[in-house]
Amino acid sequence: MKNQIGSGKNDHNPRNPVTFSKRKFRFSDWFAEQVIRAVAFLAIAIVILIFIFVFREAFPIFRMDQTKTSASTELVQENYGGTETVPSSTPQEKTKSESPEIQVTTIDKPSSTLLSKAWMPVSDNPRYGLIPLFLGTLKVTLIALIFAAPISILAAIYTALFAKPRVREIIKPVIELLAGFPSVVIGFFALMVLATIFQDIFHYASRLNSFVGGVAMALAAIPIIYTLTEDALTAVPKTYTEASLGLGASRRQTAFYVVLPTAVPGIFAAVVLGLGRIFGETMIALMATGNAAMSGINPFESVRTLSATIGAEMAEVVFGDTHYNVLFLIGSLLFIFTFALNALAEFYIKNMVVRRYQSKK
Amino acid sequence: MNRNIKDSVIEGITLVSVLVIILVIVSILAVTVVGGWKSLNWSFLSEFPKDGMTKGGIFPAIVGTAVMTIIMAVAAVPFGVITAIYLAEYANEKSIMAKTIRFAVKTLAVVPSIIFGLFGLGFFIGFIGKNMDGLLNGGELRWGQPNILWASLTMALLTLPVVIVAVEEAIRTIPREMREASLALGATKWQTIKKVVLPGSVSGILTGTILAVSRGAGEVAPILFTGAAYFLSDIPHSLSDQFMSLGYHIYIMSTQSSNVDATLPIQFATTLVLLLLTFSLNAIAVVIRYRIRKNAK
Repeated sequence: MKNQIGSGKNDHNPRNPVTFSKRKFRFSDWFAEQVIRAVAFLAIAIVILIFIFVFREAFPIFRMDQTKTSASTELVQENYGGTETVPSSTPQEKTKSESPEIQVTTIDKPSSTLLSKAWMPVSDNPRYGLIPLFLGTLKVTLIALIFAAPISILAAIYTALFAKPRVREIIKPVIELLAGFPSVVIGFFALMVLATIFQDIFHYASRLNSFVGGVAMALAAIPIIYTLTEDALTAVPKTYTEASLGLGASRRQTAFYVVLPTAVPGIFAAVVLGLGRIFGETMIALMATGNAAMSGINPFESVRTLSATIGAEMAEVVFGDTHYNVLFLIGSLLFIFTFALNALAEFYIKNMVVRRYQSKK
Repeated sequence: MNRNIKDSVIEGITLVSVLVIILVIVSILAVTVVGGWKSLNWSFLSEFPKDGMTKGGIFPAIVGTAVMTIIMAVAAVPFGVITAIYLAEYANEKSIMAKTIRFAVKTLAVVPSIIFGLFGLGFFIGFIGKNMDGLLNGGELRWGQPNILWASLTMALLTLPVVIVAVEEAIRTIPREMREASLALGATKWQTIKKVVLPGSVSGILTGTILAVSRGAGEVAPILFTGAAYFLSDIPHSLSDQFMSLGYHIYIMSTQSSNVDATLPIQFATTLVLLLLTFSLNAIAVVIRYRIRKNAK
């Protein structure tokens, strides 16, 4: 009983406070704990609900295939193309589905156009090719990362390893203020200022393009990568630094040859999370990338990113329409991707960090 | 010697990086202030937009943003605080439940804001709202369309992790001895939380709320199709009304307006208002957090 109080093992575990041999059952205590538990569970429930509801609206795109009828088309390529619906007697090897609830007069099966190179959701023959959107997102993300990662890692190195404590107290909150800038403000800045400046320098044709968008998104990612890198650098055990300094290494040598290599997994995690932020950024993409679904590799061409497509088109689509479902499909892809990035940063990299520091115990 | 020079050069580069980032921050602020300062006056803040939104003020957008963030905070803060209490006081760090909740909170923090918008559209409007209409209104469309309630709740989900992280950090700074003293005097765990832990983390709850409000006021993607409106002649009067928001106003005016140049002063002034709002809220939160950390030492 008395060794409970100071026993080192449970020092940090609030679940084991001083325990008494005969603990009276109190309803209010028990009830409070159950309520708190249930509310905390809500965080998990929300993530699951997001999964379910975003995927649920995306799913019909794959089911609609067999129920296609094309009344007003000249490009009928299926032999059953008539005005009446043909229930589940289709030649495709897809799963059989019930009779259609939604009648869409499209020519191509929507799901078969997903891998095409054209994103033309509102034409007579709508094509939902995701390739240009993917390439556009990739291009903007790469440009943003090329700008954001080096500068924020270098700034974090200065803050964590070189700056005097008083300077550090100023630099850190100032840079973190950038995280408080709404992305619509950064987008506005890119639209009004960066686009003009870059056009003056590079003399390209379209004023808004993936380069402008990428630089603007770098501004959104810098505070994330900076903060997490700084945390990773300061988390390197003091004993490492002291050992290095004790052996006669200079402050800079210690920084570059001891602290930095040790913090690499943490820095990698920081970049991964910054990548996730850039990938899903919507407002900056909407305002600064030009929003034309082109798939060239020229960085000064307009692009349309995945998230900007959702943001720009969702307000205009009909509830339950194929276009609506495709936008949810894009949302599902974005969700899976950021979820995977987060899981990677969380589990894989954390394990690596733990393994690195284990020797100190 | 050679290595020494190389190292100094590298240290210099790191310093330059810091300066570049600070320069960017300063230039965003400067551009907005210079561009918006002239148009920012009392009538701009208190008037409705006029002449097809080329003149007048942004009063409805300010009210809309304020009401939306208040509803959002009312929804997000209690849930955030309780989850933080669970994580800091009840959860056994090694249990699967605690680990999963932590992972879920982190996931919520990194999910792109547009996904929250999709979720709000699919869940709040398409599922809950439609069913509410069926049950309460006899199928008449009232809740099954974008409105300020669904937008605020969508935003609440987005800002939940902000609250949780800030509150948990504050709870963890309360010394263990205080809890033990309370328990030793015969208080139960719940009494200890109520009388010792919660009062001790008031400033943390405040920080979390301020940060959440600041985040919610600035985000646009989640409300694009869950409740924000291009132009309304009135401020929202009920939870089922649409609303105007500062961020959405900036987006619309700068990209979809028929006459972008004529509205340039309004755009800059609106951006300045939004930036001042989020900036000052963040600054307050930084100060409070700094004090919490100082007290903890």
